[in-house]
Amino acid sequence: MVLILVLIPAVIGGVAFLVRNDPLRRAMLVATAVTHAGLTAACWVHRPAATAGGWLVLDAAGLLFLSITSALFLAAAVYAVAYLRREHDHVTRDAVEGFLFSNAPEATFTGCLLLFLAAMTLVTLSQHVGLLWVAVEATTLASAPLIYFHRHHRSLEATWKYLLICSVGIALALLGNFFLAVAAGSTPLVFGELVARAGQLNVPWLKAAFLLVLVGYGTKMGLAPLHTWLPDAHSESPPVISALLSGALLNCAFLGIIRMQQVCAAGGLGDFSRTLLVGFGLISMAVSAVFIVGQTDFKRLLAYSSVEHMGILALGVGLGGAGVFGAMLHAVNHSLTKAMLFLVAGNILGAYGTKSAADVQGALRVLPVSGVLWVAGLLAITGSPPFGLFLSEFTILKAALDAGRIGVAVTYLALLAVIFVGMATIMLRMAQGVSLRIAPRRESWTAVVPPAALATVVLVLGIYLPGQLTHLLRETAHLLGDL
Amino acid sequence: MTLNVILILVVLINLRVLGASRIEASVRIVALQGILLGLLAVLEHYGDLTVSVWMVAVGGAVLKGVVFPWLLLRAVRSTDVKREFEPFVGPIASLLFGVAALGVSFSLARRLPLPQAAHSSLLVAVALFSILVGLFLIVARKKAISQVLGFLVMENGIYTFGVGLVRQSPLLVELGVMLDVFVAVFVMGIALFHISREFDHINTQELTTLKD
Amino acid sequence: MLGVINRTKAWFAGRCGQPLLQAYYDLYKLLAKGAVYSRTTTWVFRAGPMVGLSAVLVGMTLVPLGGKPAPLAFAGDFILLAYLLGLMRFFTVAAALDTGSSFEAMGASREVTFSALAEPALLLGLAVVARQTGRFSLSGMYGGMALETWRQAGPVLALVAAALMVVLLSENARLPIDDPNTHLELTMIHEVMVLDHSGPDLAFIFYGSALKLWVFAALLVGLVLPLRTGHAWLDVGAALGGIFAVAVAVGAVESCMARLRLVRVPQLLVGAAALVALALILTLR
Repeated sequence: MVLILVLIPAVIGGVAFLVRNDPLRRAMLVATAVTHAGLTAACWVHRPAATAGGWLVLDAAGLLFLSITSALFLAAAVYAVAYLRREHDHVTRDAVEGFLFSNAPEATFTGCLLLFLAAMTLVTLSQHVGLLWVAVEATTLASAPLIYFHRHHRSLEATWKYLLICSVGIALALLGNFFLAVAAGSTPLVFGELVARAGQLNVPWLKAAFLLVLVGYGTKMGLAPLHTWLPDAHSESPPVISALLSGALLNCAFLGIIRMQQVCAAGGLGDFSRTLLVGFGLISMAVSAVFIVGQTDFKRLLAYSSVEHMGILALGVGLGGAGVFGAMLHAVNHSLTKAMLFLVAGNILGAYGTKSAADVQGALRVLPVSGVLWVAGLLAITGSPPFGLFLSEFTILKAALDAGRIGVAVTYLALLAVIFVGMATIMLRMAQGVSLRIAPRRESWTAVVPPAALATVVLVLGIYLPGQLTHLLRETAHLLGDL
Repeated sequence: MTLNVILILVVLINLRVLGASRIEASVRIVALQGILLGLLAVLEHYGDLTVSVWMVAVGGAVLKGVVFPWLLLRAVRSTDVKREFEPFVGPIASLLFGVAALGVSFSLARRLPLPQAAHSSLLVAVALFSILVGLFLIVARKKAISQVLGFLVMENGIYTFGVGLVRQSPLLVELGVMLDVFVAVFVMGIALFHISREFDHINTQELTTLKD
Repeated sequence: MLGVINRTKAWFAGRCGQPLLQAYYDLYKLLAKGAVYSRTTTWVFRAGPMVGLSAVLVGMTLVPLGGKPAPLAFAGDFILLAYLLGLMRFFTVAAALDTGSSFEAMGASREVTFSALAEPALLLGLAVVARQTGRFSLSGMYGGMALETWRQAGPVLALVAAALMVVLLSENARLPIDDPNTHLELTMIHEVMVLDHSGPDLAFIFYGSALKLWVFAALLVGLVLPLRTGHAWLDVGAALGGIFAVAVAVGAVESCMARLRLVRVPQLLVGAAALVALALILTLR
């Protein structure tokens, strides 16, 4: 049953490469997204059993991240239909440099997109260390052609950097897996077993393994200083892909890290792993703050914001206790918000034709719904109430104060404030004012409904956490060892 | 004893790649390294040769020794670039770095004693050395193809480590890893082709438009 | 040895070649001639060849052959050997500089650069052998070498042997580092330094370089062919055979390879040093 979640997108993705009829292919995309979301919802009601000898298990953490991925993919698929119809077989003039470029064949795009979904699903399901690695590398390989959708030199540069840096990082994670295998001795490399028999693990090798896995998957996740591919890849790819990369893929890499952290904590190295996570978290926030202030490109702005939030996630898990709960809640909130922001950014880009924030003015008048969503997104992503991110960031702050780590809490607050100021300056200036060049226009419902839906969910999560979600989050936090 | 000889040959190949200046020769010699590692896999498990071990070893050797050089040489030839590396760090400095990396990897290997004894005491050191050389090649060379070569050398180092130590790695995972590396190199080859078509060269030093 | 080298090269080229003892005929001819000294030279120029020859003759007394101890042996004598060869090189270079001609100075600078890179390879290589056998004098080292040493530490010794071969080619100005037959300005290294010497001086230099070749070949043969049957004449005979083989190998290399570009020579020498460094790390581990 669990395997179907992976097989359906994989098979249909393969078929999509061969289908020639564009509307049929887009219908297949949306249908797969709906099916996948439906199956995921079914898993909420009735958790499926383990398969493949314990290698594919949908535990609490897996279900959480799977739901995020599925929901985002549904929104992205609906948005993508109109986007593909617009961008299809188009020779466009580049806004920044003025040359002409074309787009990749739509079949490649759709096929790779579905394979990407399959790979991410596999990541959330894997309980075996090696299988997790294979799935994460598969996501890199499936998403590289997606970044290169607009065929020009900037996106090629972004794709090359993404491919190389992430492959090197993931290769280091493979070495970490081997170190873990040495540490484990005869214990099978399934996370459940490793946690159960953590006392027998060889400590120096486990330490080295954690460090390598953190660096390796951290590269994929976007932790500074390994994040250098992130702004380029997320800004040059189409908005649909940026949304999925920021919202779903970074989470999958994070899942790899926290499963490893689970093993470490059980093996007695909890302090070591948590210190590293807090360190990386704060560094990511600091680096992103530096680059957000004075950023000229609004998509890069959103990308650096992703780096910041990944830092917050690492910080939350590193603090332990209630921080883990906060981090899991934050993962949900951030993914939904960032995806919404990227989709809205796509709308703005489509209307204004430029990625430079200085050239965009009066979005509230030109694109009414998108403009409102843009401002709402700003408030959400910087952690203002009543949006959900306020709750999660507050929980992490409280965890820091409860643990007595005043320095960490003060740094955290200071960086959040800096980022708020930086982002607000840029994004509000884009929304307000009057645009002299672009006339107000109607927006198609497929371009507006997905981001609006996501924004509504984030708003609701800020006010009321459904019982089932709280239960799942708490279960995940327990699984990850919040002591 | 033969294991030691193979491992020393691997080290020599790494040194050769560090000091090399022609692309095609380097690609071929990294392919040779891949074949040697396949041989290493067979010899390491000499006691209990099962079908899965044979498959992994032979599959790996064929992949690295035949398929990858074919892909990469095809990419290089189609790009019509100058056939020499243009390094940031020259051959002599690279060789000196290689010697330093050798010292570092041997001293690190002594700090990481293996719980289960491997057949050769050089294994961890040579694996770490290959990884360091691979990382250096990625950083210190201008051409994109040399970055792919560095990635391959790094993967060879990780494979060396895996071969010697992890005896119970399930077949499926090994095959999955090989498949992933194959697809990675394949995708990188396609990207190289696109880069050369787009830029008329494959100097990654020129890929600096995107920055803050 | 020179005769064998030249004969091998001739055989590769399909020629008949010089008589094997041609070198001695050349020496006799040169000794009979008178020397011509330029007016710009000083005593250094006159002393150079003599000091060089005497240095290498002293060095020869340190080198063992066929497992038999050398006439002179004490701990650390391999360092003395390296310095004696260095002394010879220094005086050749000084004599070249003394002529005041930039032509010779160019050759001198090249020679010095290459020797600076080759010397670590030589010394470290000998250090590896010393560590392997546990003795510190050349006679002890080579006396302690046996076929078991090769079985134990084969790869290490193979690396040292390869590096020693490269050093041999470099120090004796053989292809692919320097062509002994060329007289073109851009390509000479050793030849150009001795351009101004004549008569007996040239004879001394010629004989000195031939002896230097013997020294290196003996070091190499002692490493590669550690035959210790216990019969003196068999061991020495095998060693002589080995030296003959080295000469043939040098001739073969000279015939098959072209001279390397000058920028590549340091890379080759550093490569040899890297091989020796690897051997050293392996023995120290």
